[in-house]
Amino acid sequence: MKTFRLPQSDVFAALHEQARQRILLLDGAMGTMIQALAMSEEDYAGTGTGTPCAHPTDLPQKGNNDLLSLTQPEAIEKIHFDFAMAGADIVETNTFSSTTIAQADYGLQAAVHDLNEQAARVARRALDRATEIDGRPRYVAGAVGPTARTASLSPDVNNPGYRAVTFDDLRIAYGQQIRALIAGGVDLILIETIFDTLNAKAAIFACFEVFAEIGQRLPVMISGTITDASGRTLSGQTPTAFWHSVRHARPFTIGLNCALGASAMRPHVAEIGAVADTLVCAYPNAGLPNAFGHYDEGPEETAAQLGEFASTGLVNMVGGCCGTTPEHIQAVAEAIAPHSPRKVPSHD
Amino acid sequence: MTDRQLRLSGLEPFVLTPEIPFVNVGERTNVTGSARFRKLITNREYAAALEVARDQVENGAQIIDINMDEGLIDSKAVMVEFLNLLAAEPDIARVPVMLDSSKWDVIEAGLQCVQGKPIVNSISMKEGEDEFREHASLCLAYGAAVVVMAFDEKGQADTSARKIEICARAYKILTEEVGFPPEDIIFDPNVFAVATGIEEHNNYGVDFIEATRWIRQNLPHAHVSGGVSNLSFSFRGNEPVREAMHAVFLYHAIQAGMDMGIVNAGQLAVYDQIDPELREACEDVVLNRREDATERLLDLAERFRGDGKREEKVRDLKWRDWPVEKRIEHAMVNGITEFIDDDTEEARQNAARPLDVIEGPLMAGMNVVGDLFGAGKMFLPQVVKSARVMKQAVALLLPYMEEEKRLSGVESSNSAGKILMATVKGDVHDIGKNIVGVVLACNNYEIIDLGVMVPPQKIIETARAENVDAIGLSGLITPSLDEMVNMANELEREGFDIPLLIGGATTSKVHTAVKISPGYNRGATVHVNDASRAVGVVSSLLSDEQKPEFVAEIRAEYLEVAEKHARGEAAKKRMPLVDARKNAMQLDWSAYAPVQPQFDGVRVIEDWDLRDIADHIDWTPFFRTWELKGIYPKILDDEKQGEAARTLFADAKKLLNQIVSEKWFSPRAVVGFWRANTVGDDIRLYTDASRSSELATLHTLRQQTTKRAPRPNLALSDFVAPEGTAEDWVGGFVVTAGPEEAEIAKRFEQKNDDYSAILVKSLADRMAESMAEMLHERVRREYWGTSPDENHTLEELIAEKYNGIRPAPGYPAQPDHTEKTTLFGLLDAEAHTGVTLTESMAMWPGSSVSGLYIGHPESYYFGVGKVERDQVADYAERKGMEPEEAERWLAPILNYVPAARPALAAE
Repeated sequence: MKTFRLPQSDVFAALHEQARQRILLLDGAMGTMIQALAMSEEDYAGTGTGTPCAHPTDLPQKGNNDLLSLTQPEAIEKIHFDFAMAGADIVETNTFSSTTIAQADYGLQAAVHDLNEQAARVARRALDRATEIDGRPRYVAGAVGPTARTASLSPDVNNPGYRAVTFDDLRIAYGQQIRALIAGGVDLILIETIFDTLNAKAAIFACFEVFAEIGQRLPVMISGTITDASGRTLSGQTPTAFWHSVRHARPFTIGLNCALGASAMRPHVAEIGAVADTLVCAYPNAGLPNAFGHYDEGPEETAAQLGEFASTGLVNMVGGCCGTTPEHIQAVAEAIAPHSPRKVPSHD
Repeated sequence: MTDRQLRLSGLEPFVLTPEIPFVNVGERTNVTGSARFRKLITNREYAAALEVARDQVENGAQIIDINMDEGLIDSKAVMVEFLNLLAAEPDIARVPVMLDSSKWDVIEAGLQCVQGKPIVNSISMKEGEDEFREHASLCLAYGAAVVVMAFDEKGQADTSARKIEICARAYKILTEEVGFPPEDIIFDPNVFAVATGIEEHNNYGVDFIEATRWIRQNLPHAHVSGGVSNLSFSFRGNEPVREAMHAVFLYHAIQAGMDMGIVNAGQLAVYDQIDPELREACEDVVLNRREDATERLLDLAERFRGDGKREEKVRDLKWRDWPVEKRIEHAMVNGITEFIDDDTEEARQNAARPLDVIEGPLMAGMNVVGDLFGAGKMFLPQVVKSARVMKQAVALLLPYMEEEKRLSGVESSNSAGKILMATVKGDVHDIGKNIVGVVLACNNYEIIDLGVMVPPQKIIETARAENVDAIGLSGLITPSLDEMVNMANELEREGFDIPLLIGGATTSKVHTAVKISPGYNRGATVHVNDASRAVGVVSSLLSDEQKPEFVAEIRAEYLEVAEKHARGEAAKKRMPLVDARKNAMQLDWSAYAPVQPQFDGVRVIEDWDLRDIADHIDWTPFFRTWELKGIYPKILDDEKQGEAARTLFADAKKLLNQIVSEKWFSPRAVVGFWRANTVGDDIRLYTDASRSSELATLHTLRQQTTKRAPRPNLALSDFVAPEGTAEDWVGGFVVTAGPEEAEIAKRFEQKNDDYSAILVKSLADRMAESMAEMLHERVRREYWGTSPDENHTLEELIAEKYNGIRPAPGYPAQPDHTEKTTLFGLLDAEAHTGVTLTESMAMWPGSSVSGLYIGHPESYYFGVGKVERDQVADYAERKGMEPEEAERWLAPILNYVPAARPALAAE
């Protein structure tokens, strides 16, 4: 029989203690940092500089950012290190697309275990180096992305009952990823950029299963995405409905990331903060992309907005998504420093 | 807010707060409870089954129970399918679901389909504690609340003592061993039938109520639910008595703490309104108050059997009690004209000046509409309806304002800006322009609409005389693109610097950037592709603050677009015409026996049935006209646009019915067939069977994109047999929904009803297209008989799954609009249908369609694409046209920059 009543892992206590004292800081964007490196196909595959990928495939790899944890680990480690030194308490692994479902686009399903385990180790190395310098504790969050498929929406307008992926497909793929992330030593699991809550529920289910296997519960962070002015997720839920759907995960944090800049995200973060009996985390984009897909919002602008989140008691953790750099994170660190964290309402 | 409350969700949240005394779970999507739903599900009539769900939600069900436990169906597969379909219906999926099955595998399959937090109904200790723990743990991991039945290894609990014992045990296991949140536990202590005549059953009502009271007092945060209709099972067929029993039972059970129930809301009387005699008899039964309670109720029952009729739903007019400002806002947001005259008059009497009504409540209402539109919460058809309310209100105020002006002699204007709008010379299409005009007017811009076929000089004169702030040009046919270029040059020459907006179906950002914008350096030229963008663009352009940056951005963007376009074009190599001809399509003419049409020459078709035309409408483009993008009928259920689409569709259907029943339109068509063979890239038509004397020549253009066999460089002539091979034919046609459309639209406009005006035009357009499709079918089956046995559905026709094509001059397969002159001459179309050609070769009335018929089964639609100088010279010579004139007509598809020519003289 499955039991999901499990003891908490060791980092819970430390994280809770830190979160009581101050607003925690998550890192910034991995994807847009990698884009800025303008790597070539050879760089991605590791056939020029770097370490060649051990998993054979004929498909081009340019754009497969997660593969860089294996082929260009130094570059990834440097990004993590820069974010850590900028002030991030929690750094996300470079594993947004490291599931068999997402890697199918690149023919690298077989690499999934390596991608996650090594990404976790790369992040851990970067954080250990940073901690050696300043003595501050830092934590690795295993990033679990949405995949490009939706379990509760049909991709075919003429066939609304069709599903391109099932709950079980996702549960199995997420289970593999989470197992490998834990093997690589992550401290937390971060289910992020959720545009279809049913995908997230499959990831939560996979967490329950993997935690049962290892006999303890890791802190889980859950972050949804409000896609546009409708104020709803892509799959149509309001922020509160989304919270109700994932609350059974007893997440360490609940919040929002991506798609919107801070000011557009604010009312939705406030809505979640008003109903959630756990920590609230917001990591918006650096504004909206311009016509060329670039983010124009500078560190000071982002920091001013997130500083306002902090000063009005809206958040327990902040960070950055697309377009945010170590400079952004450093500016945000300064902006939130004077402010107390949001008070978490509790039942008991 | 963070008390331990039951929190569920569909697309929207649901919280069972203390303020909600009782949650009514909709029970009609339950195959065991509803014979109708069972029939729909077994027949796989899912659309109708979804309607049942929608009805329940519309009637206030806060949760819907879904049960597919029926022996004859694959319950698991059907549960999955129904939930997946339901997820695509936002107005149903907004509420949480209750997954109801006696089989765990059906429940688990359901749990894997819902993104919200559902309720599982139910789990129990029927098969022992281990299975109960297992299922409960899974519900926890799936994120569901649970209904726990008072059922254990020994069976269903009947007495209150058994109910209490089982629920207490289950609660302890759930909260202490499984870790289940107590607020997510809902006990069902079993409602059983009373008044059955069996003495042991008499206390079942009391047992339930007592157990409920105990659970609510002793098992913190847990809830109590039950299926109420079981109670009155012995009174089947006597609805009034059943309703009374349910009401009485619920009255007492809710007082004891029952806070949820599966009840047919329509099957429920109001406790206070039950006849006192009946109520007392029901209470005696439910509360087991006297030994003869059952007999007494049975005696009474016949008297209360009633006729089963129900009251009709009453329209909700509560808003009529609101203050006048709120009433006006409500009427605007909801597009209700019914009361606006009275409300406006009331507001006028309250106001110091009539203008205050416009600037106060009316503008406030319009601002709400504008905000909702901007936020994606309202859609175009709704906004146009709102504008109709606004216009009607303003029309009522105008005489008072005129009077005030007459008395004071002062004119006042507070518009946000004055915009001149026009469809350019030679073009008659104005639906899009009218929509943009309405939307801008809604946002307080003053619109000067010069209508259709407006010559440049008139635009310039009006712009100067009225001192307008911007000009909007619209056009649908390709020659209008050139008119817009010309207009831009004229504005430059005349020294204007106001913004120029470009819109219409054939316009594009690329064309605007490459051809129009460079001609008008003093002012800004902006392509506005839809009405929803128009307000933002215009307000940026008319704002002193935003304008410089906005214009700079647009210019930079257009420069980039133009450069990219130039690079792209340079990269695309075209073939010389001689080589393209060598790669023409080679059909095997020796194996081809052309069908001879029923007649040669021309025939007028007059037996049109408007109803039939209406039934053949392809609705998808209709919605596109209204900027609702999606495929019909799916669009009606679209999450965001569905409501707007449904309302628009209902309005369209209503108007269409009126058009049909009152015969507003007089549709006409002419069709002709001629002996034909290809000579080079031209199709020669002959006067008689000898094929020796020429009647006319249809000229065609050939693709010059670099292609390699087997992909041919096509011209329409490739699909017709060359001279000296088979004796082939081609046809031609013109259809029109009739000239009445313009007149009718104008009448609506005069009544300040732009919504209906645009609606009637967009319907006329669709009817003309529908006629073209119907006529083509008739041609294939009868008149020409190329496929006499074909039998396509409407969907297949829309998908063009038939043999043969009907390419229209001016469209991609033959981009030269002037070929219409030949076609119209052959058909004597003006005399036969009343359709005329403008100087730009647009057809008037706008709701007209023309084209050729080509019968070869392997013919298909294609686009000619860009052509080179060699072909244009050759084509001009074949047509007997000056090369410059050919270049002018083919301007949009020239792959080269023609020699500079003077701007067309302004009229």
